[in-house]
Amino acid sequence: MSTLHTVNKSPFEKTDLSSCLAHARSGDGVLLIEDGVYGVLKGTRSADAIASAAAAGTVAIYVLAPDLAARGLSPNRLMDGIQSVDYAGFVDLAIKHDLTQAWL
Amino acid sequence: MTDEQAGAGGGATTKKFLYVNRKAPYGTIYALESLEVVLIGAAFEQDVSLAFMDDGVFQLTKGQDTKAIGAKNFSPTYRALGDYDVNKFYVEKESLDERGLTLDDLMAITYEDEDDDYEEKPSIRIVGRAELAEIMASQDVILSF
Repeated sequence: MSTLHTVNKSPFEKTDLSSCLAHARSGDGVLLIEDGVYGVLKGTRSADAIASAAAAGTVAIYVLAPDLAARGLSPNRLMDGIQSVDYAGFVDLAIKHDLTQAWL
Repeated sequence: MTDEQAGAGGGATTKKFLYVNRKAPYGTIYALESLEVVLIGAAFEQDVSLAFMDDGVFQLTKGQDTKAIGAKNFSPTYRALGDYDVNKFYVEKESLDERGLTLDDLMAITYEDEDDDYEEKPSIRIVGRAELAEIMASQDVILSF
């Protein structure tokens, strides 16, 4: 049983991302969408939590590419270990996991 | 009435309006709504400034491409504000630093200074948090988004 978590708010505005990471379990995926994509930028004050989750390798971190492009953020601004997906990839992830949990 | 007191409103005093922007674009409507209020308010010829702090600094990033999310890219509108005499864009340095951004990551926004031979000058002014606090404290009206 694995969960796809989605986070749609910036870590600078809300604590959704840190709360999500605190509850994500091994084998889960975390997909950043909408303003949530700001959570996977390099060199920000909120990068550490994501970096440790990605480094531990037990939770896969994804980012929705169209939302990055809309905000003028190029893929080379992403932290290491983040996979970029498009809308079709979003659907694939929802199918792959047993449960989807949106952190609003 | 002296020239100082007679603002463009036909005898009324000009007031200092500050629009404070703290939210990222596209995820919520605040950034766009703020910009639209600035445009509406520009018709009243007051002394208008914009402040960008916290996630508001993300509103000014260059290269916004919104085709794939099906939303309108409204970032070019910031560049048009100079023509409406809105040319003070205070961007908070600490907010940029916290987000790994520099002036280079932001759009080039300029205005033509009619008091200086229409020389093109930058509208973006990077200020520290303490200076921004002083700027905010000196306003007549603050509208927050």
